[in-house]
Amino acid sequence: MSAAPATGGTGLIGTSVLRKEDDALLRGRGRFLADLRLPGALEIAFVRSPHAHAEITRIDCAAARALPGVVAVYSWDDIRDTVSALFLEAEMRIPDQVREAIKPLSRLQPVPLLADGRVTCVGQAVVMVVAEDRYLAEDAVELVEVGYAPLPALVDPLDALAPDAPAVVPGTEDNLAISVEGRVGDVDAALAEAAFVVTERYRSHRYVASPMETRGVAVTLDPRDRSLTVFASTQTPHRLREVIAGTLRVDPDHVRVTAPDIGGGFGQKGVQYVEDVLVPYAAHRLGRAVRWIEDRTENLTSSSHAREQVHDITLAADADGRLLALRDDAVLNLGNANLTGLVVPYNTLTHVIGPYVIPALDLRVRGAVTTTMMATPYRGAGRPEAVFAMERAMDRLARKMGIEPHELRARNLVRPENMPHRTGLMYRDGTTQTYDSGNFPELLRRVVGHLKIDEIRERQRTGDVAPGKRLGVGLALYIEGTGLGPFESGSVTVLPTGRIRVATGASSQGQAHQTVFAQVAADALGVPIDRIDLREGDTGVIGHGVGTIASRSMVTAGNAIHLAALAVREQVLADASGLLGTAPEDLEIVDGIVRPVDEPEAGIDVAVLAARRAPLLVPGTSTGPGAVISETTFFKPPTVTVASAAHGAIVEVDERTGKTEILSYAIVHDCGRVVNPMVADGQVTGGVMQGIGGALYEEMEYGPDGQPRSVTYMDYLVPTAAEAPPYVLDHIETRSTLNPLGVKGLGEGGAIAPPAVIANAVEDALGPDHVHITRGPLTPSRVKDLLRAASSARH
Amino acid sequence: MPEITLHVNGREHRLDVPDRMLLTDALRDRLGLTGTHVGCEHGVCGACTVLMDDRPVRACLTLAVQAEGRRIRTVESVAPSEDALHPVQQAMRDCHGLQCGFCTPGIVMSLVALHERAEGAGTVAEEEIDETLSGHLCRCTGYRNITAAARRALGADTAPCEHAPEGADR
Repeated sequence: MSAAPATGGTGLIGTSVLRKEDDALLRGRGRFLADLRLPGALEIAFVRSPHAHAEITRIDCAAARALPGVVAVYSWDDIRDTVSALFLEAEMRIPDQVREAIKPLSRLQPVPLLADGRVTCVGQAVVMVVAEDRYLAEDAVELVEVGYAPLPALVDPLDALAPDAPAVVPGTEDNLAISVEGRVGDVDAALAEAAFVVTERYRSHRYVASPMETRGVAVTLDPRDRSLTVFASTQTPHRLREVIAGTLRVDPDHVRVTAPDIGGGFGQKGVQYVEDVLVPYAAHRLGRAVRWIEDRTENLTSSSHAREQVHDITLAADADGRLLALRDDAVLNLGNANLTGLVVPYNTLTHVIGPYVIPALDLRVRGAVTTTMMATPYRGAGRPEAVFAMERAMDRLARKMGIEPHELRARNLVRPENMPHRTGLMYRDGTTQTYDSGNFPELLRRVVGHLKIDEIRERQRTGDVAPGKRLGVGLALYIEGTGLGPFESGSVTVLPTGRIRVATGASSQGQAHQTVFAQVAADALGVPIDRIDLREGDTGVIGHGVGTIASRSMVTAGNAIHLAALAVREQVLADASGLLGTAPEDLEIVDGIVRPVDEPEAGIDVAVLAARRAPLLVPGTSTGPGAVISETTFFKPPTVTVASAAHGAIVEVDERTGKTEILSYAIVHDCGRVVNPMVADGQVTGGVMQGIGGALYEEMEYGPDGQPRSVTYMDYLVPTAAEAPPYVLDHIETRSTLNPLGVKGLGEGGAIAPPAVIANAVEDALGPDHVHITRGPLTPSRVKDLLRAASSARH
Repeated sequence: MPEITLHVNGREHRLDVPDRMLLTDALRDRLGLTGTHVGCEHGVCGACTVLMDDRPVRACLTLAVQAEGRRIRTVESVAPSEDALHPVQQAMRDCHGLQCGFCTPGIVMSLVALHERAEGAGTVAEEEIDETLSGHLCRCTGYRNITAAARRALGADTAPCEHAPEGADR
């Protein structure tokens, strides 16, 4: 498919149109899950495990059941005969080519909706209480008595893979749930002839996505046919419908899932959880409206975590600094279940190589089950971890060679003239991993310029730094496969009123879909943007969809809407051609008016054309399938588009306090064609701040007993405006060759590089000959530890 | 159950509330004013910020009974009309100071309080704006545009926001 320019010529694509979403949100008229009015709805609270690992010896719900206002109390034994365990089948489908080529191990763990005789992480739901309101439900939670016989906790993924480790999941022989490998060339031979080799172990620590709106589910039941309407703070309503129907054993047609306004997702709301099924179960069983709104401690402990990986990485170069080989053996902590299969491990495997040409690769990623909260994709989904290992190793290799880190990178980047570039690995969708377009040298050249690295080096040499401060500069590059399939839906309908209804299976969690998809549709159709209404995130509006995950919405839904709008445009032109007696190719659509190019005053509004087809409005007209001007398209991308970026930071570290201040953060970003620059910049900036949070502040730490140590925002440190550094944000635009709009995915990229960038910069500041940073977050206490270790090593 | 009088957005409401009911729940569930959002329920994120006698408070740390007889204002009261936004709201819109919009009402309320104080006092120092914003968590925007919007609305920065169009709505 060629990257043909979009038609329409309204100039809407590429313009910073202000957001249609904002007026309601600014007035407090958003409709988030907890804002929905469900008259008479019961509320749910959960008894959750205080132990990382334990047998349940007894559950006594009698006192809770006796509390006035309590409607029902359920343990697993109360519901097990009528429900199935949670199992995300869609995540487990592995393309045949992948299965044959790499023979991955992906052991699945169906998750019982409530603890089945044992618990395997703190926060696991054990008993569900349904009461007249949340206050009473929480009172009843306190009255449930659960007996536990604690078992040893297993927190570290490397410990979990030790031969003598007890199996977390009963009936499995060990805790290895995932293993994927990728090999190109002969790494051993390359290492034997290499002039420079570094071997390091890097740890990526555990983060929580932490959307400002916690998760929640609200359900109403239609007494006529017992069908369920489920409102859920989900990124993937269609998948949730399938999971609910499958788990509750009801017909999918009897489940409608709607995502209302969503207060951020970042991947955490892209997977399905036991509560997503338990709340509909309660509604179904009780015949009442029911809702559950997660509290913040639940979100931090009982919604999925991410990022925890250990990489043993070896990187080799010849005497000229040409990379020869990369070996990486990574272990990731899956938590207590492998719920999302190969998504994160395979992303790690295919992104560690980055924008570089490396002839020999030996990559392995394994996933270990432990007694911690499960880990699932979070903004970047396996890529920040890979980039942290690779870009740290690049810096160490450059130091060893005695050259600038950016110089080593410059010598090894894939050149734009060599695009499309194949890495030799297979992508997760079963295709050969291919970088469709990009200009990596330009990314690097610009970021080096923005950082003024030569000036920093001069200041470091001459000691032109404030007393007690150390100055450092660091950078990192990445590529990101974006716009994952298998498909997304888009439909465009011209209503008889002249308004244009656009619908898609994607759903917004703040990405401005109402605006950017309206831009796409308006541009293709030639109508004013304010005539477009987007309906999304509702299985009752469009039958099939995937959702908003994996930096995919503009690529998949955007192109589906674009193609549907072009098809509608053809129908409009054909209708107008008949009326006006002008050939379709001699017509144009401007501001919603179809008119002959050479006779603009003879135009017809698209509303008139739509009304003429509507059978009830115009007697005698068609009642067949063509009775409306409408088109639904399913866009199936051939494979992922490859977005890329270079990030860099200048930091100042206070020797006395250990505090790292980012003096400047530079981003040069390429997501192909940009539909709305304002929105794109906002997405990148938000991602970068999450990455900075992870680099410097955020960590979900577990004690050796499996107790999470960051269960409120007093301990889990989400950065504030005070931590936001000055930015330089720069774009280059290499259009994707894989879709008609030429777009690449955007949402996750910002979060991928900062942990590596900041670690590189802080190590540079502290003196890379003495200090070796192998993990984050670089909190003041950790930086002081590094300084102390360096100082004692020197004396 | 105590009966209390709440003055909210210029209207008086007689309510029976349990002692332990939070102001957030009274506003949201009893009065239907769902613009005030609950993000953390322990006073850190700032999403639930409302004005009590013109000063920002965390409604999630305030009991409904504590608001008896006080003048409460929520985000629903801020815009002057259906056609116009408050200068703080308008600046947030022009500068793309929100994405998912969940934290937005709390930020708007804190900035409105500052705006009103500035109208009395004349100016607002940048440090005061930074101090105010540091009491709010936003997970989407990276804060850059929120800070720009706040400075613009409060007159600390007269330059237009990066992508803001000239003047009116688009």
